[in-house]
Amino acid sequence: MFFTVLSIELSKIFSKGRSYIGFGAITILVPIVQAAMYSEGEAYFGLFTQGLQQQFSFTGTFLNGYLIAFVVLQSLLVHVPLLVTLVAGDMLAGEATGGTYRLLFSRPVSRHTIVLAKYSAALLYTIGLIAWMSLLSMGLSLLLFGSGELFIVSSSITVLQKEDILWRFGYAYLFGILSMSTVASIAFMFSALVENSIGPIAMTMAIIIVFTIISALDAGFIKDVKYLLFTNHLISWRLFFEETVPVDRILLSTWVLGGHSIASLLIALFVIVKKDILS
Amino acid sequence: MIFHQQNYNISLFPLEHSYMDQNSIIEIRSLCKSFGQFKAVYNLDLTVNQGDIYGFLGPNGAGKSTTIRMLMSLISPTSGSISVFGRPLMSHRNEILSGIGAIVEKPDFYLYLTAEENLRILGKMNSIDLSSKQIHRSLDQVGLLDRAKSKVKTFSYGMKQRLGIAQALLHDPELIVLDEPTNGLDPVGVKEIRELILRLRSEQQKTIFLSSHILPEVELIANRMVIINKGTAVIEGSVSELLNSGMLTVNFSIDDMEKAKTILRESQFASSVLGFSADSNVHIKLSKERIADCTTFLVDHGIGIDGISSTRSLEEYFLSITRS
Repeated sequence: MFFTVLSIELSKIFSKGRSYIGFGAITILVPIVQAAMYSEGEAYFGLFTQGLQQQFSFTGTFLNGYLIAFVVLQSLLVHVPLLVTLVAGDMLAGEATGGTYRLLFSRPVSRHTIVLAKYSAALLYTIGLIAWMSLLSMGLSLLLFGSGELFIVSSSITVLQKEDILWRFGYAYLFGILSMSTVASIAFMFSALVENSIGPIAMTMAIIIVFTIISALDAGFIKDVKYLLFTNHLISWRLFFEETVPVDRILLSTWVLGGHSIASLLIALFVIVKKDILS
Repeated sequence: MIFHQQNYNISLFPLEHSYMDQNSIIEIRSLCKSFGQFKAVYNLDLTVNQGDIYGFLGPNGAGKSTTIRMLMSLISPTSGSISVFGRPLMSHRNEILSGIGAIVEKPDFYLYLTAEENLRILGKMNSIDLSSKQIHRSLDQVGLLDRAKSKVKTFSYGMKQRLGIAQALLHDPELIVLDEPTNGLDPVGVKEIRELILRLRSEQQKTIFLSSHILPEVELIANRMVIINKGTAVIEGSVSELLNSGMLTVNFSIDDMEKAKTILRESQFASSVLGFSADSNVHIKLSKERIADCTTFLVDHGIGIDGISSTRSLEEYFLSITRS
């Protein structure tokens, strides 16, 4: 029955206009970034590495498909949470708003099954969104700009060889899925708590903003516990682009994000199973 | 004119239950549901037998929908028990729900899907993979075949109500629970739904639990009924028994009020006189058989009668609890 309900939930997701906002936004934004890089990329990266060029001698160009994919990944993962919550936050709250909880929960299917199927559908949507983003940002960028070494400037300068890059992107996208699944899980939990579709979106974004601010603070006990905040780990996909991948830090991020996701799902399950359907 | 509720129950329609009825489809015992301090349903008992069209009557806010929600496992009772098809609802939920088709309150659907898509999804939720032909037959049954491909967001309330009935019948359930099924329908629609309900019982031997706040609607089609008020059953029994064995409040519009007062005070009808109103009406509580006697009595004593109207005690009583 689980897979029947899952297929129903997926068909419901893709029958709603709002589900295409995420795909549409990515489809528009990625080519815009690519077009901008195509025309102004050299000048942009020249400006960006001006300081370095005074100390080092550079030959060739930094601008290639991998760099563009990296830039897109970096910029879009800031915005993708909003796109994910549009759908995940509507999974349960949308039924309450539409009065269809009554239709759904008076069927001979347990509430556990319905909640798990809805959650799985939200995760599949998230996976689809990241997959589409990776396809556009990586595939199209490689097609337009070709491949080459990846030059990353953060706290240190990392230059990754051409043949050492693709697997890193693979893992980075997988980690991106985990990050966005955590966001989707939190939106899903809020979706179980309220009976309107806007609430879960606003609450999830508020949580991300508040936790991000807390993460930036280094005062008192916050310093000791901030590693437990999921926002601290959303961009851990970047760790895959360090010369030596810090497996322990990635595992910690995986645990924290996974823990948030599971806790959110369990709260949603508990709330819905106990809920009196009055809407 | 309002009867005292307690006297009314005792004198005319005592509550009665067939607790061990082998044919019972629904058995509700001592059912209670509270929301904080508010008791939405309190100590409700009722029994619906196989093949019944059971009227579940009560004014708005009486606890009908709360009871139906408990019956459909949408809300949990605070206490009491519900058995359907002879099994406790709590422990046999899915098994029981697969045998029930229901409209619970408003007919809400997925507005962004077509009527056909909605029914297909709901069929799958009932483990039935319906063919287009089967879905079209269901839609045809409620007069929506030509709108099968229309999105539900384009439907009027009455059309959604019809679709609600179609989805309730979709999986050929043994028990059909209809919560105010004629709400929002035009008179033709009301008649069609009434006929459909009667057909479902006569041709397919379905049991129908029909909630309504309109007494005439229930009395036209139900064979048994209960009236609930403030969450408690106040009258239960067969419709014919409840409606026909009761007394009537008969209003005689007369031309000489003073004379009527004098002669009635000394007559056999003295104890039945309920009152006189300023608009030259005298209200007398009578059985159907005695209306003619009373009319003759008044005419024989020279009282001119301009008109006679009557209200059944049950209707009067129901109106009184509805008004309150």
